[in-house]
Amino acid sequence: MDTEISGIVCMFVATLVISFPLGRYIAKVYEGQRTLLDPVFNPVEKFLYRISGIHISREMNWKQQMAAMLTINMIWFLLGMFILMNQSWLPLNPDHNPGQSPDLAFNTAISFITNCNLQDYSGETGVSYLSQLYLMFLHFASAATGMAAAAAVFNGLKSSTTDKLGNFYNYFIKSITRILLPVSFIIAILFVFNGMPMTFLGKDTLTSLQGAIMHISRGPVAGYVAIKHLGTNGGGFFNANSAHPFENPDYFTNMVEMIAQMIIPFAMVFALGFYLKRKKLAYVIFAVMTLGFLLLVIPNISMETKGNPAIAAMGINTSAGNMEGKEVRFGAAASGYWSIATTVISTGSVNSMHDSFMPLSGMNMMLAMMVNCFYGGVGVGFLNFFVFIILAVFIGGLMVGRTPEFLGKKIEAREMKIALIVALLHPFLILTGTALASYIYVQDPSAYAAWLNNPGFHGFSEMLYQYASTTANNGSSFAGLGATTPWWNISTGFVLLFSRYLPIIGPVAIAGSLAAKKYTPESAGTLKPDTATFGLMTFAVIFIITALSFFPSLALGPIAEYFTFH
Amino acid sequence: MRLANKSLFQKDIIGQALKQSIVKLHPKIMFHNPVMFTVEIGTFIMLCVCIGILHGQKSQGTFGYNFTVFVFLLLTLLFANFAEAVAEARGKAQAESLRKTREETPAKYIQPVGEMYVNEMKIIPSSQLKKGDVFICEAGDIIPADGEIIQGLATIDESAITGESAPVIREAGGDKSSVTGGTKVLSDKIKVEVTAEPGESFLDKMIALVEGSSRQKTPNEIALTILLAGFTLVFIIVTVTLKPFADYAHTPITIAAFISLFVCLIPTTIGGLLSAIGIAGMDRALRANVITKSGKAVETAGDVDVLLLDKTGTITIGNRKATHFYPANGIDEKQFIRAAVMSSMADDTPEGKSIIELAKQNNDSNFISFEKKAGMKFIKFTAETRSSGMDYDNHRIRKGASDAIKKLIEKSGNPFPAEIAEKVRSISENGGTPLVVSENESAKGVIELQDIIKPGIQERFQRLRKMGIKTVMVTGDNPLTAKFIADKAGVDDFIAEATPEDKMDYIRKEQTGGRLVAMMGDGTNDAPALAQADVGVAMNSGTQAAREAGNMVDLDNDPTKLIEIVEIGKQLLMTRGALTTFSIANDVAKYFAIIPALFIMAIPALQHLNIMNLHSPQSAILSAVIFNAIIILLLIPLALKGVVYKPVGASALLRRNLFIYGIGGIIAPFIGIKLIDLLVTFLVIYLK
Repeated sequence: MDTEISGIVCMFVATLVISFPLGRYIAKVYEGQRTLLDPVFNPVEKFLYRISGIHISREMNWKQQMAAMLTINMIWFLLGMFILMNQSWLPLNPDHNPGQSPDLAFNTAISFITNCNLQDYSGETGVSYLSQLYLMFLHFASAATGMAAAAAVFNGLKSSTTDKLGNFYNYFIKSITRILLPVSFIIAILFVFNGMPMTFLGKDTLTSLQGAIMHISRGPVAGYVAIKHLGTNGGGFFNANSAHPFENPDYFTNMVEMIAQMIIPFAMVFALGFYLKRKKLAYVIFAVMTLGFLLLVIPNISMETKGNPAIAAMGINTSAGNMEGKEVRFGAAASGYWSIATTVISTGSVNSMHDSFMPLSGMNMMLAMMVNCFYGGVGVGFLNFFVFIILAVFIGGLMVGRTPEFLGKKIEAREMKIALIVALLHPFLILTGTALASYIYVQDPSAYAAWLNNPGFHGFSEMLYQYASTTANNGSSFAGLGATTPWWNISTGFVLLFSRYLPIIGPVAIAGSLAAKKYTPESAGTLKPDTATFGLMTFAVIFIITALSFFPSLALGPIAEYFTFH
Repeated sequence: MRLANKSLFQKDIIGQALKQSIVKLHPKIMFHNPVMFTVEIGTFIMLCVCIGILHGQKSQGTFGYNFTVFVFLLLTLLFANFAEAVAEARGKAQAESLRKTREETPAKYIQPVGEMYVNEMKIIPSSQLKKGDVFICEAGDIIPADGEIIQGLATIDESAITGESAPVIREAGGDKSSVTGGTKVLSDKIKVEVTAEPGESFLDKMIALVEGSSRQKTPNEIALTILLAGFTLVFIIVTVTLKPFADYAHTPITIAAFISLFVCLIPTTIGGLLSAIGIAGMDRALRANVITKSGKAVETAGDVDVLLLDKTGTITIGNRKATHFYPANGIDEKQFIRAAVMSSMADDTPEGKSIIELAKQNNDSNFISFEKKAGMKFIKFTAETRSSGMDYDNHRIRKGASDAIKKLIEKSGNPFPAEIAEKVRSISENGGTPLVVSENESAKGVIELQDIIKPGIQERFQRLRKMGIKTVMVTGDNPLTAKFIADKAGVDDFIAEATPEDKMDYIRKEQTGGRLVAMMGDGTNDAPALAQADVGVAMNSGTQAAREAGNMVDLDNDPTKLIEIVEIGKQLLMTRGALTTFSIANDVAKYFAIIPALFIMAIPALQHLNIMNLHSPQSAILSAVIFNAIIILLLIPLALKGVVYKPVGASALLRRNLFIYGIGGIIAPFIGIKLIDLLVTFLVIYLK
């Protein structure tokens, strides 16, 4: 087999091999079982709980859970604004970077608490090390927020009838101390040994062979990059993200980063199976997600390795694939794999420039974010999938002649309403965002020329990609879009807020409502969600809802571009 | 008077429905159906566009094209209304035919003029009878209103409502004390108290339910409507945002194209047929001669997990029959048979009659006389003695359950023979019912009665098991007999020596386990259990209390009806699911018809998306709209008849329906739209 391809297969298999036991471990953590790390963290946690007056044995209903979630997120947001705006005089600023302006700080703080990590600043000059450390904290906190919400949903799917879904603070702290911290630690060590900087010293200076003096930015990179991927955050330490040699030095670190960003989304699905003792259900969900992933990633790898026909027509050898905007040390295939991995899950870190991919590769990346639940971000990926399960269960349940039920709990008008609001929000934000941007642009194309480096179909794709990325809390972008204008800062900021919190609150509310219902044991007449048929049904529902909502816009962007190409 | 064999569309029903489909265009009525309401708005906009073109508007294309779009949008609405109207008309026709029988019959009303006078009788029209009034019916009278017999006994011909020609006996005090308006008294005289205000009988309620005045959406219908409204909203977003997208791409899109895109994408098929499906469910129940008190009851029936079935009539044929005479040791067989006959002479129960019948077969030498003689004193069965029989000369002959007779014998100091006790036990174990006959307080022998299990009932229970439904046999028999029959018939569980409390407890127990329970009952005793059960089917012959407590009434008094009702419920839900799937799957093809049509003028490269190779943008849009309208019309029969239910287990059922309505729903419109496009193209060329 081609080494490029075998490298990809290796990455996928390794991810799977690590995530399965990790899933079992995550289930153990949420069940409250003892773990090896208890002696280290228990005393610390107890102390923290005592000073903050939290009683973790007190279970919360879904509203209390979400109130806790929103409150702590709000505090981090305000603290983040403060640090970013005042970083110039705060400690750990060896390079004397200035404080951020209020609007930039607003955008940065929001995009980091929402796990999106759009970055309108450059890591080298826009933030101090203190700010980087705080953003790194938000990497942990935003990932743990999603995981804690997923844990609450797991709890709500148990067969007992209760309105309590466990304690949010407990899930949150455990997610950090028992899962994210230890795994990040291991990953960071691997990075350090492969040449990633981990220092609080300021810029290094170096005289090049030509005699020029170069200032080289560095910092606590390894620790930052570990959680950047593990928590599917994606906000880079440096401006060039994982294409930067210090942030992704070689093929090995590329593999580790790739694996790191996918293990928790994988593991959360397995954790569901272990937690509910419904392993088969977890396998079916995982299979559906994998099917979706493969259907997107295989064409991308193939299109990127084939190269660009327009460049080939100029008589240039494209045997290495479409290498525009890609790093030679990773190659076309690994970049193609990364492009879908980073978009199906909500990382949004890049190791190549997505804008330069083939039109349909770009479409697949957009589709990945439009679906947003083939694995998905840590915790939230499952939550998004859960909403589609509810929709599929409803239609499928009717087709077997029973009023719909999922895991023994009836799906009624209330659950349907919430599921639809969440499912509708996604196309609504992406399409209205793009529509408003198109409208403004069309009013006076010359005034907004700076927005689009490439007008026409590709320019449309750039706008569509930007809203798909913010709505999916992904954070990657088609770099051709000039997004540092007030319109893009403000509109994406709002999109971020809605698209982060409603899709978390919705599923938790559904779980809360299901948990309070009577449990009906399964019989031969009940729709079984852990069968291949139901898996396909869920896949069809996801495909149809996405395809139906986005087909016209994709037709005007990447599809039109593709057909014009050929 | 079952209408089950009548064809789906009758002339008068069609006429009525056509009129209703236009009446239902009223926005106020339309508003209840969000999907079709948006179509109505679209249709109205198209009407405005057409008027605009007549006034010289140039940018929207030809009048002919726009008008055709308008017409087919209007047809979409009419077809949807027609579906609902046909379902309503059919249900109403069915209910009306039942109601007609009781209109304006004279009633022999008893005027309460005080304690002193009785039987002050006055003839008034039935419509003036109020709840609580008392009337009299004699042989030949038509019973003027639903009521409960408070005095007397009568044979009644209920064929008007049940279609069953054999007369039935109804009498005061028992579990069979209810009479239905419109049925005919054949013999004797009864005094009846009216139990429902005029216009509030079950039938009246049913008719109102079908007509829509009191029809409420069921919980599942509401949830489905939310889903459909959600899909409609998505496509509002898609269509509205398409305008700036198209502006960006410098692609002008006509209003007709926008509206067609929108209407074709929203789930009009299921949206248009949804209420028809619900009404048809109630109607199918009515065709099975079951009156439902709400649409929800039918829906719940589909969810039932446990069925409580009465043994008699459901699992076994009617009543037990005598099959053997076993004399006690030292008793001549003929002597014993004679005693048995004498004990049963006045026993009018089917069991008693079957004893006489069996004795007649064994009476070779005319040893036994079957004539009643003077001096015979017949003892009726009572709940205390639990035996019956006769006194003649110095003979006291009794027949009863073994424990009752045993008590009688032992009380007088005589021993109860061991071989009799043994026989009783062995009969019970083999599913029979032993009756012991005694003469002057000494045992003469045992009569064996056997239950005859209905042919085909085992397969039926197998079917239910595949549906995931647990069957429970309810019987007054002792546990041994009950177990034997339960095993033989293949039910999952049984309640022996069942009292109404036992039934109630069983239902409660299952319900705490989260299961839904259906039961059928007739007696006043059953009322609490009927009310407790999730689906309670009262027999029409049952007491008023039972009929009030249940949520369905079975006019045929047929205990096997429960099984049918469950299937009707499942069919109703499946039809909804299948048509929703079909409707949404259709969108794939419609997209491939309309999207290229919208853009090819400005972006010729998108011609590649026109995989159906439709003739022109206009013909593509028209074909999609026409297909969208016609499919509703074509699916009306399916909506009314319901999707075929096969008891093959949930997974197989899902596979089957996904294949037919999912895959079929993707493929069918590709073919349909292409054909319509060919036809439209041909017509356009031909007309030119």
